[in-house]
Order: sequence, then C-alpha cells, then structure tokens
Amino acid sequence: MNLINTFLNVQVLADSLPQLMWGLVVTLKIGVTSILFGLVGGLVLAVGRLYAPFFVRILIRGYVDICRSVPLLVLLIVVYYALPFVGIRLSPFVSAVTALSLVSAAYTSEIFRAGIEAIPNGQFEASAALGLSNRHTMVDVILPQAIRIVIPPLTNNCINVMKDTALASVVAMPDLLKQATQAQALSANPTPLIGAALIYIALLWPMTAVVARLEKHLSRGTR
Amino acid sequence: MEKQARPLISVRGLTKAYGTFRVLHGIDLDIAEGEVVCVIGPSGSGKSTLIRCINHLEAFAEDSRITVDGIRVEPGPDLAKVRAEVGMVFQSFNLFPHMTVLKNVMLAPMRVRKIPAPEAERRARQLLARVGISEQAEKYPGQLSGGQQQRVAIARALAMEPKVLLFDEPTSALDPEMVGEVLDVMRTLAGTGVTMVIVTHEMGFARQVADRVIFMDGGRLVEVGEPSEIFDAPREERTRGFLRAVLNH
Repeated sequence: MNLINTFLNVQVLADSLPQLMWGLVVTLKIGVTSILFGLVGGLVLAVGRLYAPFFVRILIRGYVDICRSVPLLVLLIVVYYALPFVGIRLSPFVSAVTALSLVSAAYTSEIFRAGIEAIPNGQFEASAALGLSNRHTMVDVILPQAIRIVIPPLTNNCINVMKDTALASVVAMPDLLKQATQAQALSANPTPLIGAALIYIALLWPMTAVVARLEKHLSRGTR
Repeated sequence: MEKQARPLISVRGLTKAYGTFRVLHGIDLDIAEGEVVCVIGPSGSGKSTLIRCINHLEAFAEDSRITVDGIRVEPGPDLAKVRAEVGMVFQSFNLFPHMTVLKNVMLAPMRVRKIPAPEAERRARQLLARVGISEQAEKYPGQLSGGQQQRVAIARALAMEPKVLLFDEPTSALDPEMVGEVLDVMRTLAGTGVTMVIVTHEMGFARQVADRVIFMDGGRLVEVGEPSEIFDAPREERTRGFLRAVLNH
C-alpha cells in the first residue's frame, strides 16, 4: 500500500483543486462577514455593558453569558432548522453568518470590555476634566489605547471564527470543508480532505504573523 | 480696583462622605477671579477631594452647592460646560500616551471648542513654547521626563483657556530635581492673572505665590489667610503643629 498515493494523490488533488478553491472563497466570505459583524457588535455590547443604564447592562450580560455557553453547532442548527417553524427562513449563508456573528460578538465584547477596563482611571479623569464628551473620550482617548491591548486576544477570536466557518458545512453551505468531503466522495480518496486541511493552515498561519507585525507597529511610540 | 460682586468659584456647605466616613464637613469657600489659592494640610485632610469636587470628578452631597462663574456644578448637560472652563493638572500627569505632545494639547480645543486643526496647532505650539518644551512637540509623553510631562499637562489645561486652573499636588510625583521647573511655570502663570487653586506640599512656593493660603485638617478649613498670616503667625494650634512638622525636617 502506498501512503502517499492514498493521502496525497497528486492527480486527485489537481482534479479537486478548483472545487476546493470555490469552497475557500465561500469560507472567506462567511468568515470575513462574521468577523466584521462580530467586531462591531462586540464593541457596541462592550460599551453598553460598561455604560448603559442598569437594565440594559443586565440584558447584555445575559446575552453574552448565553452565547458563551451554547455550543456554536447547536446555535447554527437552531437558526437553520428551527427558526423556519416560526416563519424565519434564512439561507445557509445568512444562517451561518448569523450564528457565527452572534457568538463572536459575545466573545469580542468580553475582550473589548477587558481592554477598556485596563485603561487607567486617570485617562477618564483627564478627559472629563477637559470637558470631552463621553463619545469623544471613547473615540479619541480610550479606544485607541484599548485596541492595542486587545489585538492579541481579538486575533485569536478572529482565527477561531475562521475555523468555525467549517461548521457551516452542516447547513449545506458549499464551504471549503463541504467541497472537500464532496470531492472525497467523488474520487473515493481522502486527498481532498488533506488538501482542505492544508488550505486552512495556509490561510490562518500567516494571519497570526500579520497580526504580530501589526501589534508591533501599533505599539510604537507609546508608554 | 473694585471688588468683584460675584466670586468666580463659590462653595457652600460642601459635604462629601465615603459610605459613613465623612471626608468633607460643610465647607464654605469663595475664590475671586485672578486669585491664587494654595491649599495645604496633612494627607487625608480632604484637600484633593475639595478641588476634585469643583469640577465634579468627585460626586458630593446633593444639598451642597458649588458654582463656577455662576453655573452650578452638578451632573447633567451643563457639567461638560463647567469642566471646559475649569482646567486641571493631576499629580500623575495623565497625558494621553498614544498621542504626541502636540496632539495632547490640541485635542480638547478641537473637540470641545470646535477650533479648526491649523488654529489649534498654532496655539498649542505657542503654549508649548510658554512652558518651555517646543522642541518636544512631536514626541510621545513616554519619551519625556516627569517634569516635562507635567509641563505638557499644564499646556494641555491652558489650551482650553479655562477661567480657573486646579492643581492636584502637581509636583508630588516628580523627582526632586524636576520640581523646580514645574513650579517655575506655575509661578509665571500666577503672575499673569490666571485664577489658580493649588493643592501642594511646597510650603516655600505657597508662601511666595499664593494670595491666600488655606490650611485643611480632618475635612475642615481650619485656617484661611494671607501667606504671612498662616506661615508667620498661625492662630490655630493644629496649623502650628502641621507647619512645625513640615518645616523642620
């Protein structure tokens, strides 16, 4: 038996590569969209959790805790298979993005909150003493400093979201994993799966490197 | 000169408590425009808390009343207006570490006073020259010495053209060799008619610069008077004891 021919069959790989690439495009679309929604949602939730009226803070806290305790796969299946029973019929793409964004926003809000809370109180006091509005205090003083602090955990979260896009294959989304399993079935050979794994690694490994450089760049000239 | 009809800052019955522990006991104080007031006293006497109430960095009892230029200091829409008129210099500088020195000074005039960037920059550079750090304008606060940072903080407060400047122990966090440069800047400011309220442990400075000195202890104004009265002929035993302790070491 030839291990190379089984797991890294060049012919099978070449044949399935276009299909895998289409899958990669779908994966990227789901991932990037979810990451963006998650970041914006997380920022809003974090600021709300810290400064909104008491009642809103409780609601946000409940939301965050629930999203952090529900398995993403369960949430995705609920969104895609259960919501149609109450008349909400979402496409596989929208279902995947919804589930991923909801959960990502919850995690992101916790990261942002920790970042904001890490800013010394003197920064808030100096802003207040100058007469800056709450909005300007956040936008000009607090968030630019908080973002430097949260970039490493935020990156990890983005990488997790990218990886979790593979769950979308269970709601018939033709993402990278789905394409790979189909190609595997077609060719009766696991090489497309190995190919998909290598593509995930090739995609996410550089992402960590890029962010490490960004971090270095952002921290220039502070403290 | 005719005496001011209305004081710039008026404090009436100022009371503040942390839980059941009272830090300020019904303080009454008027400060006139152009006056330089130094507040001295042992640590924990409430002097920092007093000036932090003036711009409401500390909340205080609701039946207390503070007005700055006729506007009542209380939470609400007018608070930012009051704060824009009240500059503050902190013990720990509190510069914005992610902005250059120049941007630190420009930020509030641009955001609060809506002054266009070129005009804000021109004025910021003037102020930095005034506090003697023009050459450092493009640097970040972290690259400056403590004395330089505190002078930037003074320029940042001045950039809002406040009616009064509050100083909360501005030299207490500085290495001894840098205290002089900051006090020099403050001395020059006092000479230009800026209203200043200064919490300080620098007795020589207070004696030289203040129009009035306030000695606080236990959350009360124990003695208020001209520097010569407080330092040379204190009436209260507590003042005498404090001055003996700080001047003979």
